[in-house]
Formats: sequence, C-alpha cells, structure tokens
Amino acid sequence: MVELVRGEEMFSHMLPEFIVERREDRCIRCRVCERQCAFEVHKYDKELDMVFSDEKKCVGCQRCAVLCPTDALVIRPHPGEYRRNANWTRERIQDLKKQAETGGVILTGSGNDKPYRIYWDHIVLNASQVTNPSIDPLREPMELRTFLGRKPDALELRFNGGDYEDVEVATELYPNVMIETPMVFSAMSYGAISYQAFKSLAMAASEYGTLFNTGEGGLPKELRKYGKNAIVQCASGRFGVDPEYLNCAAVVEIKIGQGAKPGIGGHLPGEKVTLPISVTRMIPEGTDALSPAPQHDIYSIEDLSMLIYALKEATNYETPVSVKIAAVHNVAAIASGMVRAGADIIAIDGLRGGTGAAPKIIRDNVGIPIELALAAVDRRLREEGIRNKCSILVAGGFRCSADVVKAIALGADAVYIGTPALVAMGCTLCQKCYTGKCNWGICTQDPYLSRRLNPEIASKRLVNLLRGWSLEIKEMLGGMGINAVESLRGNREHLRGVGLEDWELEVLGIKGAGE
Amino acid sequence: MSMRRMRRETLPDKEHQACGLFGVMNRKGERFGGRMAIDALMNMRVRGNGLGAGFAAYGIYPEHKDYYALHIMFQDWDLDAKREVDKFLGANFDVVCDEEMPTNPEASVINPPLVWRYFMAPDKKGDEKRLSDDDYVVKKVMHINTRIKNAYVFSSGKNMGVFKGVGFPEEIAEYFMLEKEYRGYIWVAHSRFPTNTPGWWGGAHPFCILDWTVVHNGEISSYGTNKRYLEMYGYYCTLLTDTEVMAYAVDLLMRRQRLPIEIVAKIFAPPMWDHVDIMDEKRKKLYMTLRMVYAPLLINGPWTIIVAHHGEMFGITDRIRLRPITAGEKGDLLFVSSEEAAIRAVCPNLDRVFTPMGGEPVVGRLKGVEKELRKKAEEGV
Repeated sequence: MVELVRGEEMFSHMLPEFIVERREDRCIRCRVCERQCAFEVHKYDKELDMVFSDEKKCVGCQRCAVLCPTDALVIRPHPGEYRRNANWTRERIQDLKKQAETGGVILTGSGNDKPYRIYWDHIVLNASQVTNPSIDPLREPMELRTFLGRKPDALELRFNGGDYEDVEVATELYPNVMIETPMVFSAMSYGAISYQAFKSLAMAASEYGTLFNTGEGGLPKELRKYGKNAIVQCASGRFGVDPEYLNCAAVVEIKIGQGAKPGIGGHLPGEKVTLPISVTRMIPEGTDALSPAPQHDIYSIEDLSMLIYALKEATNYETPVSVKIAAVHNVAAIASGMVRAGADIIAIDGLRGGTGAAPKIIRDNVGIPIELALAAVDRRLREEGIRNKCSILVAGGFRCSADVVKAIALGADAVYIGTPALVAMGCTLCQKCYTGKCNWGICTQDPYLSRRLNPEIASKRLVNLLRGWSLEIKEMLGGMGINAVESLRGNREHLRGVGLEDWELEVLGIKGAGE
Repeated sequence: MSMRRMRRETLPDKEHQACGLFGVMNRKGERFGGRMAIDALMNMRVRGNGLGAGFAAYGIYPEHKDYYALHIMFQDWDLDAKREVDKFLGANFDVVCDEEMPTNPEASVINPPLVWRYFMAPDKKGDEKRLSDDDYVVKKVMHINTRIKNAYVFSSGKNMGVFKGVGFPEEIAEYFMLEKEYRGYIWVAHSRFPTNTPGWWGGAHPFCILDWTVVHNGEISSYGTNKRYLEMYGYYCTLLTDTEVMAYAVDLLMRRQRLPIEIVAKIFAPPMWDHVDIMDEKRKKLYMTLRMVYAPLLINGPWTIIVAHHGEMFGITDRIRLRPITAGEKGDLLFVSSEEAAIRAVCPNLDRVFTPMGGEPVVGRLKGVEKELRKKAEEGV
C-alpha cells in the first residue's frame, strides 16, 4: 500500500479546472447553489450578503447553473493556462501534481475521454434510391423486435395433414429473451448508483419492453418484480447472488471484465455500504465491497464453462447465460471460446465503456475500440459457423441512434447503453462518480443527494430516450428499404468507410465510400 | 428484328420498369415447347432492357434423365478454362456424354460465350463417399464457380437445363433454339433490367443449383445479412447478383432442411408482428419460432421470385408487396407472372386469375408429388 501524504501538509499546486462566474446583478442570494453543491463550491456570507465561490472544488457538473432561478451562474473551463506544450498538456501536468501531492493512483469516473479514433464517425449508412423503394416508417410497420439467446441451426416441424398453419415445433428450443428495441441498459449496480437511479432504469426497461442490468450489486427484494426485464450479474464478488435472484431474471450474466477497466476489479468503499446495500449485497454494513480482478473460480475457458453450466443448472436451463468481457486484443478468439463453453449471449465492452470508478491510467490506455472488436468477433464466429449459437451484445461509448444502427450492421444483436441513460437522467459527465458526491443524485448514496432523482420522472426521461432512438432507427432502416431490424444484422453492405486506412476497412469488413 | 417488330404490333405496349418473370407448369407433367414463355416475356418487353434474359425448362432430357446435366459457360471462349473443367469433371465424375450446346449462329446476340453441356454421374472417392450425390455435385459446382476462372455453371440438375445470356428474351431463345430443340413440363423465364450488377452472360437469370432454379425481380436490401448467414452453411456468392442468395436460401431450407414452401414462405416473408401478436397460441409459437431461428433468411426489400424444381413450381412476393405477382389457371396449366397481361397474351381464356397477398405462395405441384406430400403429412413427418 502506498502511504498517502496528507494534503494539508503541503500547499497545493493544482490549478482550478473551472471558473465560476456569478453575475451579481442577477444573483438574488437565494442560496440554491449553496444547497445544491455537494462539493461545497458556493458559500453565502451573511454579513456581506454575498455568495462566494471556491473554484478549486468545482467539478463542472453544472447543477448550480441549471438550477439557478435567475441564470446568474456560468461555469466554464478555467482560462488559466500553463505554457502551451503539445507533449506536456495541462491534463498531464495536473495529473503529475496531483500524484506528487497524494502519492496515489489517480481515480476517475465515466468513459475514456481521450481522442482515440471513433470509428462510428468514419462509417456512413446507405439509403435506397430508384431501384429499391425506401419505406416510410410513419406509414408502414417497421420492426425492431429482437431475440437474445442461442438459436438452433434448423427446425424440426410436425405437420398435421396439409394445413401449414397447424404446425408443431418439434425442436427443443434454447431459451431466448424478446426485447422490443435492440437497446438495453448497461450494467450499473445498486451501490455504484443510487437506489433511485437503479429503480428508474428498472422501471424504464419494464415500460419499454427491454432490459436493464443489475451490475454486480444484487437486486433489492422489492425490485424483483422487475426481474423479467433484468439481466442479473454474477461477478467476481458474487454480491447478492441467491437462487431467487438468478431465477427471477430474464438473463444471467457472468461478468469477466469491463471496458473501462479490463483486468481490474472493483471496490465499493465501506462508507457507501449502507444498510439497504448491505442487505442487497449480502455483506455486513459498512464493510468494503471488494470485487477481485479475476473470478477466482475462473482461471481458464473450461472453468468458465463450469460456471456457465452451474448457472444453467441453477435456472433449470430456462434462462440464457451471458458472458461479458472487455474488448481486448485477442477478443475474437476469446469470444469463440466463450460460445463453445456454452455462453448464449456474449457481451463485449469496448475501450470507451463507462465506469463508476477506475484508475485513470487503465481507463485511458487499456482495451480496443468496440467497433473493431465487434467486427472481428462477428467475423470469427461466422467463419467458425457458430454465429447463430449466440447473440452479441456490445457496449462502450454509444452516443446516438446512428451508432446503434452501425453496430447492428457490423453484426451486433443489440447494444448496451450506459452513459446515454445516465445523461438522460441528468449526468453531465463530470467524471466524479467515484467521489460519491453526485449532485444529480445518480452516483451517490447520500440520501440528501439521491432524493433529487425522482424515479417517476427519471424513468420517463429514459423511456423518452429509448423511444426517440427507436424512432430514429426506424427512419434509418426505412431509408435503407428494410422493415425488420434482423435484415440489418451483420449487413455490412449498408456501411461504407470514410477516411479509413485499408487495414481498418479490412478489419471492419466494409468497403470505402464510392467502392 | 423484323419478327420482333411484327410481334410488338400484335401485343400491347405498356409502361413499366422492372424485371419480367413468367412461369408455366403443366401439373399433369405433359411436356410442351417454349413458345408460351417466349411470347409472355415479349409481352413484358419494357420490363427488360436487352441486357439479360433466360429460361429454365424441366423434363427436357428424358434420354439422359438419370444423369446430372451440367450447362457450363466459358467466358470469352476460354479454352484453357474448358480444358481445366474437363480435367476436373473427368476426375470427379463419370461423364457419359458431352457436347457443345446447339446454337443458332444467326441469332442477334452479342459476344456469346462457349456453352458446353455434360451428362454425368458422380464418381465419389475417399471421404467424399459420405456425401449424398446432390451434396457432392453442389460441392463440385462451387469449386468450378469459385476456383476455375472464366468457367461458370449455368445449371446442374437432372433432366432440366438453364439457357441464358445477354440479349432480349426472344434473342436468347433464338440463339439456344428453344422452340425447336426442347419440350418441358415447366418453363420458367426471366427478362432482365440490370441495375446494380453488370449485364453479363453468367449474371442472367435463372439461377440454378442442382435442379432448383430461381428467377427474381427486385433488389434485396437484406443481401449482406442473407449472404453472410449462407456462408456459414458453405454457400459462397460468386455471381455478383443478389438473386444468388435466393437460390442458395431455397436450397438450404427446402432441399437440405426439407421444409415445404408453405413454411419457407413464412421465413422469407413473415407476417408483421402486429399480426402474429393476435394469433392463437399455437400459431403464434410457430411464427415466432420461425422468425427467431430464421431471421437471417428474412428476405427484405422489394422482390418477387419464381422457384422451380422437379415436380414443383411456386411464386411468391415480399412481405409488403413491393413487386408484382399474378397467377392464373387453365386446366392443368398454372401460370405465375409479373403481369396478368402476359398470361392472357399466351392463354386468353383463363379459368381463374388471382393476385396473392405478400408472402403468400402460389404453388403448383405435379399430381403425384401432391399425393406423396399429403401422405407424408398424414404420417406426421
């Protein structure tokens, strides 16, 4: 363990990240900003009847600016700069100073914010012209329904006479889960996020007919009624796993890795393990919830297979089992092994996947972009003739419905959306999730803060997000002359690359624009 | 040329743009010449642009009916390719007869390739003995199409054949002398308006694998999805057109998985979920399961196809009817066509004419085949 040097023993060299501009002519001293900021930026001085700001504490979450009744506040990046230097950027210098002052690992939240190439922005979609009519989704059915799970190679049917409507399916089917749109909410555990945020995701998934993911923090008893819309995780800490938890769920997911921190475990500090969280996670109140980096019963692919079948046994083979990994260099071969080990769904989380807390150095440097990982996995499974033996779920940095459409065309069955859901609920990507002081009431266990999030309203926002994206997906499908999302799946003919190198086109399996 | 002009005076002109499809079957199995198919396509002249036409005929080689008949085209009269094909066929088959396809050199077609026909029986060796004859032939046809440059297999079934090329239908018919040389009990024909693929002899329809032929009008927007799914089952699309995926999908589902067309229709053109959701439980389960398992073979976009193999011919259009299809009956004759006018042009006094719904197949079966199917169904197979 690194012994931390206490901040107060030295004078901090850090520059503030944000500047708080208060337009005094507008400020009415209502003290909303003071009450809203858990970072204690704003302070009202009664004697002077003025509000002061401690800018060094500001994280730029914009809560105060949004709630200020007179729009008196402007929060923007601090203009104070070091001498410009392409190598030693402000961020690098600040990180060095922070470490010199603390001697620790720098933590951060949400997804990788570095300018790695975003392939979605270099892929364009097709549309029908002349030879093939586009379809208007406002006037004609446009189908997004999706099934997640293993599919057989062929069906055996039993006919009764010559009536082909009266047919029995003789093949015993693997369990599949039906979702009404090819988007599900990413894994965010109760503990990492507030009860209110967690419940909002469950409510929205249930209302829209899709899934949310419990993450590894269990599913509170009273929320098990949302089980048929839940992907429940069985992760390295095994928190909250009991037979009812597994059997109430639509999907059971084994979490091997996370895109934001491949190869790294999790750590929910004891102060966040409140009574309800301790009950849900089945650990003593106030103890640290440590998720080991690997699952200690899975050191190899055959170990994974044993856990997959243990979970299938536990759920009577009625629930698909998903295995989630981070996108790493060898992802295609690993995915193939996972399918052969019995996974019904493989979930891949890319370089830009989010997190509640991760070492910044890991978040920003480990893993590969989801676009390339997805293309490689889909190709590999097809080459091996096992693509229909699993569904592919992808996660990590999906920003808009076009990203979803492009992912499906590359070969995904559905897409995990995490950050967009958080943003829909209020998140502004200040990246301070690990502090537990989320002013938006999402990533905190402080009841004073989490109360700010009303699940009725937040779930409405989430449903609106799903609806908006679904409508946009339908528009794009219709434009391509497709009225069922299945006909887009793996349909790389509808994608073209712009500004990509040959090797990138090759990995993505798409042509360049104009080809 | 003069003949064509004369015809146009007697048959009405129309203004449409698309491919023209036509199929006619005698359900008693009585054979007849190619005249009806040729005239029907001439009636639908505006559906083609002279860049491709073709015919498939069933029952044309009764004297060699037990042998696979391969029609193979050699691009640019590439004799090296022919030598390679001869060597390959000699090593893998017992070739009982081979000859140049009879053609009429006077016909007005441009750049015809060399077309040769072979009658042969499989000569399986080693591991390949485990394959059925049909699977063996498919494998060898795939080899020729993908590995031997400038050689393409037009057709590979028994007692049937495909005749196709670049030109208007009547020109292709004249070149291959269809009216004089052949009599069949099913004729399927296609006139082409190529858009997204170049007009070349190998790219004309019908597409054929074994005795299965497909003619197609439309553009498949699910092409990439269908193609990549079929690749998992060993089908590789080499002919640069999306009709090929139809042919392979039909082969996979109907020949290899033995599903009847009535089921395959529900896979290619499934009803909308809105309809499925209100069905009774048993039907709902059937439709949902088919959709779940075979979604990668949902054929999206505008299309009509006519598929034939021995004993059976059927026509079907896409789930939202973006391409036309009409059927007609007269005695034992069943007609399927892009247009009613084309049927009436060759058979004015029809017993019945009807326009099927999207995804609803029009099926013609030989009387014997019908009986056999019913027996199988009664046994619950």
